Amino acid sequence: MGTITEELFSRRLGRRVHAGDTVIAEVDVAMAHDVTGPLAIEAFRSLDLPLWDASRIVFNFDHVMPANTVAAAELHRVIREFCVEHRITNLFAEGICHQVMVDRRLAQPGGIVVGADSHSTTYGGVGCFATGLGSTDIGVVFATGRTWFRIPETVRIDVRGALPAGVYAKDLALHVIAQMGADGADYCAVEWGGEAVAAMTIDERLTLCNLSTDFGAKTGIVEPDAVTFAHSGGEPIDLHPSHPEYVRTLVVDAGSLRPQVAVHPSIDNVHDIDDVSGTPLDEVFIGSCTNGRLSDLAVAASILSGRTVHPRTRTVIVPASRGVYLEALSAGYIEIFARAGALVLNPGCGPCLGRQHGVVGPGERVLSTSNRNYPGRMGSPDAQIFLASPAVAAASALAGAITDPAALEAAA
Amino acid sequence: MSGRVFLLGDGVSTDAIMPGRYNVTTDPDALRRSCLIEARPDFVESVRPGDVIVAGRNFGCGSSREHAPLSIKRNGVAAVIAESFARIFYRNAVNIGLPVIRCAEAHQVLRDGDQVSVDAITGSIRSATLTLQGEPPSGVALRIIEAGSLVELIKRGGWAALEEGRRVS
Repeated sequence: MGTITEELFSRRLGRRVHAGDTVIAEVDVAMAHDVTGPLAIEAFRSLDLPLWDASRIVFNFDHVMPANTVAAAELHRVIREFCVEHRITNLFAEGICHQVMVDRRLAQPGGIVVGADSHSTTYGGVGCFATGLGSTDIGVVFATGRTWFRIPETVRIDVRGALPAGVYAKDLALHVIAQMGADGADYCAVEWGGEAVAAMTIDERLTLCNLSTDFGAKTGIVEPDAVTFAHSGGEPIDLHPSHPEYVRTLVVDAGSLRPQVAVHPSIDNVHDIDDVSGTPLDEVFIGSCTNGRLSDLAVAASILSGRTVHPRTRTVIVPASRGVYLEALSAGYIEIFARAGALVLNPGCGPCLGRQHGVVGPGERVLSTSNRNYPGRMGSPDAQIFLASPAVAAASALAGAITDPAALEAAA
Repeated sequence: MSGRVFLLGDGVSTDAIMPGRYNVTTDPDALRRSCLIEARPDFVESVRPGDVIVAGRNFGCGSSREHAPLSIKRNGVAAVIAESFARIFYRNAVNIGLPVIRCAEAHQVLRDGDQVSVDAITGSIRSATLTLQGEPPSGVALRIIEAGSLVELIKRGGWAALEEGRRVS
């Protein structure tokens, strides 16, 4: 009896566990990136213990790749030397850590994965328990392979019906965050289910689980099904919730949703697009671990094809990973973006966290497909950040102002 | 321990505590100097050892960057008291031995600059006119606080000590 999370942990531990229990569990994989990795290495070294398992430790260079400062190059050097010293071969510089973890099938249904990045919740989209931890926790996993978890209570999001054309997983997640509040799922697991979620691709499920951390969740998870197993290539497992007890169930009528925009300065300040249409934009960013996948780029390409972005709006597009980049190249999306006047940058975190390219200045307005609009996130604390789907982002880049893609089509 | 209150609001994110442009380093002093650099620019120059941060809901939301609690600890802050904490920040703070206390009313009744004394183990918060009872870490988090840090707990007894319910302080 239990929620997906209780079922998963019970299966892994070989005994029934319930929300509120504290367990110490071995994980499948521990991940860190170029900014959190060096502190994890410091914690590991201070323990003076041998390495747990080189094959289950993963490093990604993505937050500042390629390095844009001497300090960033130094972080990369520390990690490279650590990997050589400990014969760790899972060192990747091919895109955002979370997308690389999925591309390389390092997160598997039924598994337990921890990452030194809050958006590690993303892998719940392939049916594993995945959560973000800090560097010290991850450094301890490097040595022991284990960490402690309090089995979380679960919030169930039951999405009935089907999303209308032009409304995406991003809009659904922003709508849910507006209902729940930015800390509404604090310390909880968020279980995404219902018809609309069952109908989603892996890309869309990853978007939902990615954004789960942004309303406080310890993990977001979608019950693994045929879609999941077709992606993972592994044996099917059954994590169907059995007589689950939820702390809260939110029912969403998918068919009633409109494109959503999270407005400066917080992710739960969510509006229907009509409320903010026409707001002029200095920058549009399409990418990130939320919305930098192939299906996101496909939507953007369909809107940008044969058109040119507005001259006042620099438009930055960043494929989430090399795998996504190569597929986008084959599909012709990259040429569409370049002809439209967008800047296509190398796979990675891009402008999301204001650390390398695409930094925004004081007073500027930026619309991003990412997950955070805290003041200062993308550069100046006096910039305003709006969050929306790739469709809204692409339409807004063309108009130079926040624009409903449907209105754009109507005007064409 | 006694010190002054630095009062902050709701939803103070790790982007506010340690913006992404400033944490491309593990150098403790560089991190110390960047603490709250944009959200509270007077903080680093005026904070003294023993001072406390008092905030509202969801303190430390956002990124998992441990640089955020590290920078607060490196400034000698005796405790962070908030109505609620974001999960990863809370866990990170406990892991590195930065005391964290949940207290719903502290940010409503204390003022910036108030002198307070805080007991990080009992959660007691006292000013000249008020005594508040906060909620200190419990369970595994308390064990880590007692040991001083997660690294110390693992060094002295490892996960076995926790599983057997032994104290390792």
